[in-house]
Amino acid sequence: MDITIILDYLIRGLSLGSVYAIIALGYTMVYGIAKMLNFAHGDVIMVGGYICFFAMSGLSGNFEEGSMAATVVPAVAGTLAAMVVCTILGVVIERLAYKPLRQASSLAVLITAIGVSYFLQNAALLLWSSNPKVFTPVTGRGSLQVGPLSVSYVTLLTIAACIIIMLALTAFTSKTKMGKAMRAVSEDKGAAQLMGINVNATISLTFAIGSALAAIAGVLYMSAYPTLTPTTGSMPGIKAFTAAVFGGIGSIPGAMLGGLLLGIIEIFAGAYISTQLQNAIVFAVLIVVLLVKPAGLLGKMVQEKV
Amino acid sequence: MNRILHMKKSTRSSLFTYTLVIVAYVVIQLLRAFREGGVGSVLEGQLVPICAYVTMALALNLVVGVSGELSLGHAGFMSIGAFAGCSVAAALQNTVTLDPLRLALSMVLGAVIAGFFGFLIGVPVLRLNGDYLAIVTLAFGEIIKSLVTNIYLGVDADGPQFSFLSNNNQLGEGGIELIRGPVGVTNSERIATFTAGFVLVLVALFIIFNLVNSRTGRAIMAARDNRIAAESVGISVTKYKMIAFVTSAALAGAAGTLYGCGQVTFTATKFDFNTSILILVFVVLGGLGNMWGSVIAAAALTILPEALRQFADYRMLVYAIVLILVMLATNNPTLWNFIARIREQRQEKKEGAK
Repeated sequence: MDITIILDYLIRGLSLGSVYAIIALGYTMVYGIAKMLNFAHGDVIMVGGYICFFAMSGLSGNFEEGSMAATVVPAVAGTLAAMVVCTILGVVIERLAYKPLRQASSLAVLITAIGVSYFLQNAALLLWSSNPKVFTPVTGRGSLQVGPLSVSYVTLLTIAACIIIMLALTAFTSKTKMGKAMRAVSEDKGAAQLMGINVNATISLTFAIGSALAAIAGVLYMSAYPTLTPTTGSMPGIKAFTAAVFGGIGSIPGAMLGGLLLGIIEIFAGAYISTQLQNAIVFAVLIVVLLVKPAGLLGKMVQEKV
Repeated sequence: MNRILHMKKSTRSSLFTYTLVIVAYVVIQLLRAFREGGVGSVLEGQLVPICAYVTMALALNLVVGVSGELSLGHAGFMSIGAFAGCSVAAALQNTVTLDPLRLALSMVLGAVIAGFFGFLIGVPVLRLNGDYLAIVTLAFGEIIKSLVTNIYLGVDADGPQFSFLSNNNQLGEGGIELIRGPVGVTNSERIATFTAGFVLVLVALFIIFNLVNSRTGRAIMAARDNRIAAESVGISVTKYKMIAFVTSAALAGAAGTLYGCGQVTFTATKFDFNTSILILVFVVLGGLGNMWGSVIAAAALTILPEALRQFADYRMLVYAIVLILVMLATNNPTLWNFIARIREQRQEKKEGAK
């Protein structure tokens, strides 16, 4: 075993794990505050990918071939467009499909979320057809040479984005008034309402942030795995959920840790065990974690009250 | 007539379901026997899959409706049943020549193996609840799909040969390749018939109604309605949930065998997450815990898309919208209050008349 190869796998694992972590943050925040599993989160990633793809291919013709602006402007504009569209989409989904079910059983909410996920996939299928689109990486195709290692710009950008998002979210939830309101609502909805917190607005805000993160994750994921189809989002979505559970659902550092570990496990399982069984191994990890430590690595065990 | 009116509600409902299935069978058989062109080529090809999906819907309804746990991996049990059952059917091709007997043997074996896997999976899964349980069943469904895609199974005079990930089987003269990894299974003859499917649906109904209307069934529903209260009166929640889960997995396995033996060829990717969701849609539309609803929903939703080919693109979109609307409507407190008020008024009128 060569140390360079292992390092290379490790970096690829970290990069994939960073994408999972960003998606998992959306899952974990929504789960923490609305106590629901937003199954459609993975499909928001797909929508983000498509929006960015169309924005980029629409803009890239306006610039001189090979200039700096030709890479940067479409990428930034595409990402922003994806974030705006996904934020609106997330809030609209919450208002129309999830809000009427606040008091319903978790089974009903989960089935509705599956319905929303199916709706997004099939709407995308009708709008954009099942022919795969080839996504151009937002950073261009170059890579950075560090000794014997070659690290692509996409990988670097992904890891950097993950760290920045993580720091920003931690600061937001602990320092700002709205972030504190979010934490209060996830702790106790009724008490938060009595303290004058607008619970519905806070939940909408959570969905907005989660969906914007999903858009960023979509752009980064598509840059690394460039085939874009209407069902692209479901696998990373499910795996990111696995990551959120792995780290302890409801916990923001947990989502980060779970995502990174899962990415590394997935890449190493594919490299050293079998690529055909990669997904099976990732899911086996989920099952083992839930059995050994049902609250996840960093989660709190909540005792059920009678 | 009077006797029917004074029956217990559960007896009436099961009697209605049996009648529904038997009448549908008789009508279709009469049409096939006496009408020119039978029931039409579209429906003719769908008869066996319809029976398989109806059984799947009944099986899933037992878990989701009666036992109250959401399983998102039921297609996995169907897959196990299909691959195990069809392998047995192909392996016995020369030993048991009577087709219905061979099919029955394969279905029983498919059911037993799927039930066994249901037990293995149930041990860890049923310790969890709610969303976690749903996700773990989903994970198991995906794991089963990945594993089955990589199985190579063959049989020759020396007995069965098995290899995993790549095909290392060296079959002797006259050997049959049963499962060929990603290529799946190819049946040399399709032994599943509509009558076999009909019998399977009746058996599934018989098992489910007897289970639900027994002491065990009441314990399962008590555990669904309030886990803690059920435990406090001495019901072992895990045990009863396990009974429902294993029964359901076994029925799904039998349905899988029926489905597989009715196809020329099938692969493991047929039984993916989408199939699990499709069956869930049948159950939700038919009504959770309502068996005749599942029968009608599964049959109608299997035949409708085939009949409305030109709308195939919109089909899944419509399913999704219907799924969301049904959930929103059934959980709408205003609607329920309205229905309750109407019922109350009727009750008052009746009492006033007396």
